Amino acid sequence: MSETNCRTAYGKTLVELGRENKNIVALEADLGKSTMSSLFEAEFPERHFEMGIAEANMASTAAGLALAGKIPFIHSFAVFAAGRDYDQLRQTIGIGGLKVRVCGSSAGLSDFSDGSTHQSVEDIALMRAIPGMTVICPADANETVAAVKAMVDIDGPAYIRICRNPIELITDENKPFEIGKSYVMKDGTDIALFATGLMVTKALEAAKALEGEISVRVINVPTLKPVCRESMIEAAKGCRGVVTAEEHSLVGGLGSIVSMMLSEECKPIGYVGIHDQYGCSAHNYDELLVHYGLTTEKVIEKVREISKIAK
Amino acid sequence: MSYDAETIRKLNEMAKTLRRDVVEMVGPGQAGHFGGSFSSAELVTALYFSKMHYDPKNPKLADRDRFLLSKGHVAVLQYAAMARAGYFPVEELSTLKKIGSRLQGHPDVKKLPGIEANTGSLGQGLSIALGISLGLKLDNLPSRVYVLIGDGELDEGQIWEGAMAAANFKADNLVAIVDRNLIQATDFTAKRMDSGDIPAKWAAFGWNVIEIDGHDMEAVLAAYDEAETVKGKPTVIIANTVKGKGLSFAENTAAFHNGTLNEELYAKALEELK
Repeated sequence: MSETNCRTAYGKTLVELGRENKNIVALEADLGKSTMSSLFEAEFPERHFEMGIAEANMASTAAGLALAGKIPFIHSFAVFAAGRDYDQLRQTIGIGGLKVRVCGSSAGLSDFSDGSTHQSVEDIALMRAIPGMTVICPADANETVAAVKAMVDIDGPAYIRICRNPIELITDENKPFEIGKSYVMKDGTDIALFATGLMVTKALEAAKALEGEISVRVINVPTLKPVCRESMIEAAKGCRGVVTAEEHSLVGGLGSIVSMMLSEECKPIGYVGIHDQYGCSAHNYDELLVHYGLTTEKVIEKVREISKIAK
Repeated sequence: MSYDAETIRKLNEMAKTLRRDVVEMVGPGQAGHFGGSFSSAELVTALYFSKMHYDPKNPKLADRDRFLLSKGHVAVLQYAAMARAGYFPVEELSTLKKIGSRLQGHPDVKKLPGIEANTGSLGQGLSIALGISLGLKLDNLPSRVYVLIGDGELDEGQIWEGAMAAANFKADNLVAIVDRNLIQATDFTAKRMDSGDIPAKWAAFGWNVIEIDGHDMEAVLAAYDEAETVKGKPTVIIANTVKGKGLSFAENTAAFHNGTLNEELYAKALEELK
């Protein structure tokens, strides 16, 4: 697929899956043209339920559909999909281990225009805290396609956060996708740079810019739960230091995960992410990423900083 | 459908048995939700022992009718009904809330076959029931979905999201039962949050509304039967009930919403429920 927009890739994949599996149903909270569940609605009107602007009811209704043997995908902006119906996701879907799939669209700062109320800086932390919830943050449209396909068969609930804006394609569309696995995108020997979502692109750019100065291994972490501790240790093996990069709060995101997983490795770790702040409005996405320090330059700075103190 | 006197007598006897089971299950010295269990006893008895189609030996029977306890805190009443219906031995009731028991403080779909959903975070059961009803319709199954809601629970905004959506989707295989016992956890509903004209509210949301005396077994059965004849919209049964019904000292008081029977009251309760 040459599609670079993650949400379009998401919508098209959902349609494709819907053709193969009649148990897949979609629920929407009046944002179908943004989440791209509108593509599913157009092809399968009888399996699409417009729930209106009522996310809590949407989540519980999806729980009921799952209990009746369906595989519901529910949609909203990530900030609402993970926040507004947190209790519904926890109480019936989480405790019940139900096969509900939550699409948190316009995730992170990607809804740059709408400001703090519509930007999700803590959705990964919230969803990870629910026992049994799978949490996925794809790096580009190709990985979105692979991840959505892999989500169908997960035994239990799953959450995927989707960027609103196009991202340059950096993963191979034929690359197999396995839930829980991290992928080395570029090898290196000095610093292990773990990144997720959009920040994988920035990490690759940073590694390239540092060639000849610091050898950086870039590891793409699309699954934020479950995470295999051993494979994360393996991914950092031989490197003197570690850096993480994410478009999410440093509280409960990739930085927290890597710190926990590598706690016994005793390597210095540096973090690029959002520092316990809300988002804000901007005229474009890049301008906002600069404002919050989610740039290639900031990743380079952090790698240099860690490289200096790492023996 | 009309019911003969013997059928009604037996069902009333069963409702009393369930109340006694609840008292014994909770036992003396432990807190239990007697008030809301006893106000719902006839409503639940009529479903499990007359109205609903199910097979306790095959809890996943595809075309079974579904019962959801949105007011999940009265799980004890449902456990008593399920034991008496043959889902598990009556003796298992004594394991209530013991570590490792299938009988949790609130219904758990993963632990106890026959439970349809995890409920108890109030206000969500109606929406879950709606999802099941939509799923049943997609599969062209004739099953009906019953969800029991407390009147205190009507404070929750999601109830009204669910009410709007169920009417929107013409979920005529869905029946909501409001246990209108007039008392919520800490006091009379009118004092905690006056929910006003409840039948008018449901009617305004597009529901078929039936109002009954929730302890009149014949009226309860008639309401479930009438609901089945209504097409194109969901039905709500507003059941006027008495909190703690059947125990002289627990009736109409918030004290036994989640109350404890001392040895003396425990003996008195069993005596009154003979």
